[in-house]
Amino acid sequence: MQWRGKWQWPSVAVIVGLLLLLPFVLPRFYTYIIALIFVTALLAMSLNLTVGYGGMFQFHHGVFYGVGAYTVALILTKTKLPAWVAFAAGPVAAAITGLLIGGFCVRLTRLYFGMLQISLGSLIWAIVFRWYSFTGGDDGIHGIPMPDFISSLKSSYYFILAVLIVSLYLLYRIVNSPFGRTLQAIRDNPERCEAVGVNVRRHQLAAIVIATFFAGVAGVLFVVLEGSVFPDLLFWVLSLEVFIMCLLGGWFTFAGPILGAAIIVSLRTFVGIYTEYWTLILGVILIFLIFFLPEGVMGFLMKRFAPQPKAQVAERGNHAQG
Amino acid sequence: MSLDAASLCTQLLVGLSRSMILFIVSAGMSFILGVLRVPNVAHGSLYMIGAFSAFSIYTYFGMGSTGFWLALLLAPLVVALVGFVAERVLFCHLYEREHLMLLLFTFALMLILGDLVKMVWGPEYSSIMPPGGLKGSVSIFGSAFPKYNLFLLVVGPLVAVFLWLFTNRTKMGKICRAAAVDREMVGALGINVSWVFAAAFVLGCYLAGIGGALVAPTVSITLGMDHDIIIEAFLIVTIGGLGNIWGALVGSLIFGVTQAFGVLLWPQFAIVFPYAAVVTVLLLKPRGLLKSVW
Repeated sequence: MQWRGKWQWPSVAVIVGLLLLLPFVLPRFYTYIIALIFVTALLAMSLNLTVGYGGMFQFHHGVFYGVGAYTVALILTKTKLPAWVAFAAGPVAAAITGLLIGGFCVRLTRLYFGMLQISLGSLIWAIVFRWYSFTGGDDGIHGIPMPDFISSLKSSYYFILAVLIVSLYLLYRIVNSPFGRTLQAIRDNPERCEAVGVNVRRHQLAAIVIATFFAGVAGVLFVVLEGSVFPDLLFWVLSLEVFIMCLLGGWFTFAGPILGAAIIVSLRTFVGIYTEYWTLILGVILIFLIFFLPEGVMGFLMKRFAPQPKAQVAERGNHAQG
Repeated sequence: MSLDAASLCTQLLVGLSRSMILFIVSAGMSFILGVLRVPNVAHGSLYMIGAFSAFSIYTYFGMGSTGFWLALLLAPLVVALVGFVAERVLFCHLYEREHLMLLLFTFALMLILGDLVKMVWGPEYSSIMPPGGLKGSVSIFGSAFPKYNLFLLVVGPLVAVFLWLFTNRTKMGKICRAAAVDREMVGALGINVSWVFAAAFVLGCYLAGIGGALVAPTVSITLGMDHDIIIEAFLIVTIGGLGNIWGALVGSLIFGVTQAFGVLLWPQFAIVFPYAAVVTVLLLKPRGLLKSVW
């Protein structure tokens, strides 16, 4: 995060405090929507580690979200293992999938990277979509039994919020660690990094594994919130939507994807109440953003309200053009 | 279904005729990708508009053979017009911008076009009958094979030949190919690159429209038909070599035929087969089977 100062942590504390109070003042429906925004935000944040910080075309991130969600759902419905095993297995399964798919993808760059990932991801989607006896096929799995401590909406809200805060803290630390800095250097100039002795592919692969792990965490939270899974979680439309959230919120900023997720989830929910043509409105808003706010909403706000040396951002823009 | 020669042969023909549709759509995408360097996410929506406008034209002209042929002629023009307007009004102002923004734009276009189709045609299923001479089926090795699919088997190669003639024998086509390789140089030679892009985009949309109109008699025309075709076209273009029209043909054949044989071998997982084939190709040749223009 570029915005640093003595007010940073106090304001984070105030925001968390407000979020803790929300379920007491808001109706059920709004609590649910905010929890859904949390889940989606974590997914978008995890994607941004590879897209925004790693500069990789991670086009099929939804697959890892889906793998995490399906792992939990399958363990909870088909085995007698305790819930915490399922919750731990989700992110681990997602990270292993990320390691396998990422291992093939990092040999390539840019669009070829993205295309290989789409094809591998679609293969997994196709299997999940048709394997009726195991994954429930296109029906998905419904009525997944949840442990008592997160069975109500309020308790699952707090569970999701707690996991989100821990995950965001970890992601924040990762982005600002030496590893995170190296990753950003690779994004800006892979050749030079290679020349000074950085193992570019290994760093990219590590970033993918971390990102897919957190996508798996988001998948677990989705199951906690919804109690069901379906193959659309792994479909490319969802992956593209999450990608758009990063671009929309501002992929050069840490908190941008949260904003992007909040915008898209609320648009879908609230515009969807008034008209069935919500995607039309989303499309128009996107075109407006492309023409007038190319750095995303968060990028725009930070430029507008927190003036600071902008050389960095301008330079990144040039590199990304490639 | 037994694995005898007759059913194998029929299934091969079914796969090949499906490949022709895939080829026409993905050739358009490949062309746009080659010249503009943008994966056109809205391509599936344009294909869907092609199918729906074919249905409207077909209905308007009395649902007969005339209606069908006029639909085949006019529906792609409608799609090309939609593409032309979108390109000249909005898209052409973005060429200098970052690459991902172009991708984002085509995504926004997909969202808008998808809902416009819903507004204009509604969520009902529609269908078209093939014209008189192409109705019914013929007997090949003792099993029935729809005549319309044979028609597709003729049209696909025709489109391929015309595309080849366009890109190799006309000045416009040569300029497009040059712009795909080195757009700065084309601009330096005094050619208006922005209009070359417009022409390439419109041609790509036109091909999507032909694909949509051609597929209309074989499937039920419905919302959501854009989502399936787009990912298939993407993968076909990738395994063929980005921007290579012949690559799109090879990729379509692989995709269509593996899917058809998948139905024969293991119907439940039929859709897995083409994806597995794509993954195999990409793992062996990540940059596609044929030379990419990039």
